[in-house]
Order: sequence, then C-alpha cells, then structure tokens
Amino acid sequence: MAHGAGGIASRRLVEGLFAPLLFRSARPELNDAASLNIGGVRLAMTTDSFVVKPLKFPGGSIGELAINGTVNDLAVSGARPEAIVVSFVLEAGLPTEVLEAEVRAMAQAAERAGVAVVGGDTKVVEHGKADGMYIATTGVGSYLPGARLDARSVQPGDKVLLSGPIGDHGITILLARGELDFEAELQSDTRSVFPLVQAMLAEAGPGVRWMRDPTRGGVATSLNELARDCGLGIHLFEEEIPVRDTVRGACELLGLDPLHIANEGQFLAVVAPEYADAALNALNLTVGGECANILGEVQEQPAGSVLVKTLYGGSRIVDMLVGDPLPRIC
Amino acid sequence: MRFVDEFRDPDVINKTADEIRRLADPGRHYRLMEVCGGHTHAIYRFGLKDILPDNIELIHGPGCPVCVLPMGRIDDGLALAEDPNVIFAAFGDMMRVPGVHGSPLERKARGMDVRIVYSPSDALKLAKTNPDKHVMFFAIGFETTAPSSALTILRAKAEGIHNFSLFCNHVTIIPAIRAILDSPDMRLDAFIGPGHVSTVIGCRPYEWIAANERKPIVVSGFEPLDMLQSIVMLLRQLKAGEARVENQYKRVVPWEGNRAALKAMAEVFELRPYFEWRGLGFISQSALRIRNNYAEWDSEQRFTVPGVRVTDPKAAQCGEVLKGVLKPAQCKLFGKECTPEHPVGALMVSSEGSCAAYFNYEHRKAMATTLARPA
Repeated sequence: MAHGAGGIASRRLVEGLFAPLLFRSARPELNDAASLNIGGVRLAMTTDSFVVKPLKFPGGSIGELAINGTVNDLAVSGARPEAIVVSFVLEAGLPTEVLEAEVRAMAQAAERAGVAVVGGDTKVVEHGKADGMYIATTGVGSYLPGARLDARSVQPGDKVLLSGPIGDHGITILLARGELDFEAELQSDTRSVFPLVQAMLAEAGPGVRWMRDPTRGGVATSLNELARDCGLGIHLFEEEIPVRDTVRGACELLGLDPLHIANEGQFLAVVAPEYADAALNALNLTVGGECANILGEVQEQPAGSVLVKTLYGGSRIVDMLVGDPLPRIC
Repeated sequence: MRFVDEFRDPDVINKTADEIRRLADPGRHYRLMEVCGGHTHAIYRFGLKDILPDNIELIHGPGCPVCVLPMGRIDDGLALAEDPNVIFAAFGDMMRVPGVHGSPLERKARGMDVRIVYSPSDALKLAKTNPDKHVMFFAIGFETTAPSSALTILRAKAEGIHNFSLFCNHVTIIPAIRAILDSPDMRLDAFIGPGHVSTVIGCRPYEWIAANERKPIVVSGFEPLDMLQSIVMLLRQLKAGEARVENQYKRVVPWEGNRAALKAMAEVFELRPYFEWRGLGFISQSALRIRNNYAEWDSEQRFTVPGVRVTDPKAAQCGEVLKGVLKPAQCKLFGKECTPEHPVGALMVSSEGSCAAYFNYEHRKAMATTLARPA
C-alpha cells in the first residue's frame, strides 16, 4: 500500500522497476510530465489515476480532482494544458446519478481550466471492487515560452516559493472519511494552478528553475525529491509556511505534520533570487495567489535533505513520508 | 492558535534558553531523562537540542507505549483478528508496528479488517454499527489512555453491547521508572516527568524518586516553552542541591490526579503479577488486566490467545537504548537493517520512539553533510 502513498516506497517502485524495464533511460528525470518532441514540436504529456474514498468531499469530488490533477501536472511542467483523455473503471451497481454528477463535475472543471476533454474509455468491474469508481487520465500540453525547468539547474541562494496554504485537501479527506469523530470547516483546495503558473512565468520566466505540485506526501516529499535530484539542501523557515489554523489545529490533535499532508491546488517553485520578488508579486496579484509566500531557500548543506528552521533557532530534518500519514494518539 | 502559540513564542523561549545557559554549570555534565515519548518527539520536532548548551544531555526514557510492547502481543492480537468475523481496531500509533507476520497495516492490505480509531469509544461505536461482527480494540498506553479504556468497558456493560472486547496492553509508568533507576549502568541527574500520565495519576506517585533516590523530577508539558521551563526548574534544584517533585504543567495536571479516572481504572482493571516489556524484560506489577467481573469484554479471557513469545533480534540493542545506556546511533542495526521504513525494533516504529525520532530529525542532518553533489 505504501507504494502508492507518494513517499519513499513510490519512488523506489518507479526507479527500481518501472524505469529500467519500461522507460528508455534507466535513470529518467522523474518529473510530473514527460517532454516529447514530435516532428519538431515539443509537447508535455502526463498520466494519472484517481482513487479517492469518499468520492465526494467538501470542496470537490473525484471527477474534479481528475481534471485538476492532470492540468496541474502539465502546468508545473511549464505547459499550457491542451487536451485530456479519460478512462473510467466503474463498479457494477454504481448509481447512474453518481456517475452523472462526476461527469458534470469533470466538464465544469475542464471548462474552468480551459482544457478540452477529447476522448475516453469505460470498463465495468464486479460489485465490491473499485470503490465505486476509479478514473485514469492522460493529458497533453504545449510548453509556454521561456519555461526551462530542470532540478539540476537549481543553485544555492535560490528561493523556494509556495502558492498558498498547505494541507487543506489531505485533512479534508481524512475528516470526510468520518472515521475521526470531529468536524472542521475546511474544504479541499482542488483547483487548476495554471493561471498562477502562467502569471509567474510571464513576470519571472527566465528565473524559474523548478516547479512541482505537492500532492501525495505533501510539500516535504516534493522538496525531498528536489533535494535529492539537485544534491543541495532545502532550508524552510517554519514561520513562513502558510497553514490555515484549522489545518494546524487538526494536525496538532492528530500528531501529523502539515508538510506531509496532500494538496490538490498548490504548487512549489524554485526561483533565482533576483527574480524571486517579481515571481512572488505576480502570484500575489493573481486571484487565488494572495497567500503565496517565499518559505525557504536553497543552500549547499545539508546536501540531499530538507531542513526546517524552527522559530527559535533550532532545526530539524523533514523526511519524505513513509506510507500514509497516520494519526498519533498516545 | 490559542493554548499553543503562547508556548511557542520565540522571545519568551529565547529568554528561557538564556536562563538555562546562566544556570548550567559549565564544569558539570547534566544527564536529564525525559520519561515520556511525547517529550522525545517534541524535543526533535522543535529542534530543542540545538538551543540547549552541550553539557545538558537529554536521555530518552521508556514512556513510549508502542516501543515497550513485546512483538508477541501484537501477534497475539492479530491472531484473534484472523477470524473474518473480527474487526481489529487500534490507534494509528499501532498500525505500522511489525509483528512476525506483518504489521496491522500490512495485514489490512492482505484483507484483514483493520480499523484506525481515535478513541476506544469509537471502537465501541463500530461494534454497534456492525452487530454481526466482533470488534476487538487493541488497547495500548500508560495511565494516559487506560481510563478511556475502562470507561468504554463500563459503557459496553451498561449498554449491553456484547460484540466488543478489549485486548489489554495497558502498562503503568512507575515500575518502568523504577526499573531504569535499578539498572546498574544508569547514571541520571534528574527527570522530566511525564505530563499526560500525570493528568491521571497526579504528582504524588513520584515522591519516592525525590525522597529515596534523591533525584529531582519536574512534571512537564509538551510545548517548547514547557520543556525549557522544566529544565530551568531542574537546574535550579540541582544547583541548590535539592530533590523535589515539582509541577510545571499546572494548567493541566492536578497534584492529586484525576480521581474519577482513577476510580474507573480501579473498577475495571487490576495489576498483572508481571508483564514483559520490550527491552526491559519482565517487570512485576507493571501492567493492567481486566478484572473477572468484566471478563466478557476481555479479549484474553473470552478467546484463546496463542501466547506468542518472540525474542527480539540479538543484534538489536533496543533495551540499552530504551534505558538510555546507548544513543540510538550507537546500536549496530541503526540506519542499516533498522530504518523507519523497515523497523526491526519498536523504537524505530513510533514517531515517539527515540530511534525513529533520532533518525527522522537528527541522523539525516548528520549524514547529509557527507553526501557529495552528483555531477
């Protein structure tokens, strides 16, 4: 199960099995989208599958998540989402109105994100399998001019930007499962981040070196992957990490670290220091980017790791997530 | 956030850290044991070691319930849950703890009905909503969690719920501290006393530590400021040559404890003659079992428990680490065979376990500087 949770085990599965047997390069760059060159035209291509329990949750549903997740993988690769194809795996007996609601949600999300859904496929599996429905998507995007993203171009002194508050989605899902007996006014942050990416690249394009949407495994996992890929240390300033009080409170109660909680509508960017203010300004001036912040910077040490500076001059290493975040009680 | 931010105020914390530096005698080495795993976790999470002077050494104590649970108990609990009519319910803390045939989480992936609950009363609720199943709550914890287990059994009896039982692994803190103090290779100057346990038992049960062992003990909260204040209080006592029980966590801990909680515990539980602690061995009168009056809600009395005994791998030095004799990184398996992803010893499992805490927050900080940048 841990192999799907976005942490160390997921990465090992990709690097140890999929990459050597399936991909042309044994050590491919593990990005959110693959870069293709077809007849001289560069395209970004990504695929994702969506398995969510419950199917609907405050602020979104699996259909919306499927579109936005695919759009965001393309956006953080520096590409404008152009087209998506969708596959449904449906559990026999799924009420048609549930399916219809999800298809409508997808249509709306696609329209909001300005992306065309151009094809699809459907399979039905036995009752009791597939948790109602699974959705798999593939998306294609065209690169925005000036986007040259590569973890290996990250330099000491670069700034780490985050588009907004973290943890909303993961905590919303945890509470929506109804296993924990408390409620909070909180919504999933699922949305397309493309408008934010576009605004930032327009103002600071040449200085943007790396982007990622911190979904499963949260900000900590995405930044650990970056740290390993670039061989540098990522320093975060605890007081600059935007977290809503509701999410902080839930994390305090459950013994979770917001840095490990999933997001569906945020992205991280590493920007050259001379472009950092312009990038932040562009985000802050775009709708939905008001809480964007510079939360850290890149340094030589500790190489390959993420270090959080606490408010009082202490520090701690934040690792990737092992498996799913589990509430801690005693 | 109220009740949290006040205790993380950088100005106050820095002033308290200054006071610690002023009080600590540079010619002396201080060995302070934080008994509770919650304190261990907080020390690493807030980077408190970085702001303490080098001559104040914090030794991690035995107060992590997951860490001291022998592997055989997990296997016993999971063995009962192999029956497809049984739902195995436990705190999230238990889910990654390895048994011989896998952790509860791994067993769940292979089809066992394993549920994470936030309290034993949630497990009782599961029993009500699944009347054709038997819900077994795998109870762990010190006196912190034992009262809620007791109250849940009382409620099950009052409401006549018969498809619920509790697999009791509750342990008590005082015998563990005594075992640490009796250990011949142990040299400690003072104790940071457990906060949550003391909300139930109060401060009086620690008086023998001060009176007989001449060690100061300060019951402490879990926020950074709480812990630093407690260290100030301990240093003041050590400087004055005193040994007293003090209560830093007055906002939560009454001196006499919580009488209602103690009463519920006494009604439902009795002391076991002895119980095995992982790393510490058998300790007499150190754990709780369910009284005969409530046998119907006791998994061990109601079902046949295999009584699995698993010896820890010889190379693992959990006991020495648990007693504070060795630092986590001094264990032969640390960071090699034993990592948070593949824990051999339980101290690597729980985020309150000193090995996991050390691995997550400190070890990589030290290791990272040795990694070269790839070409």
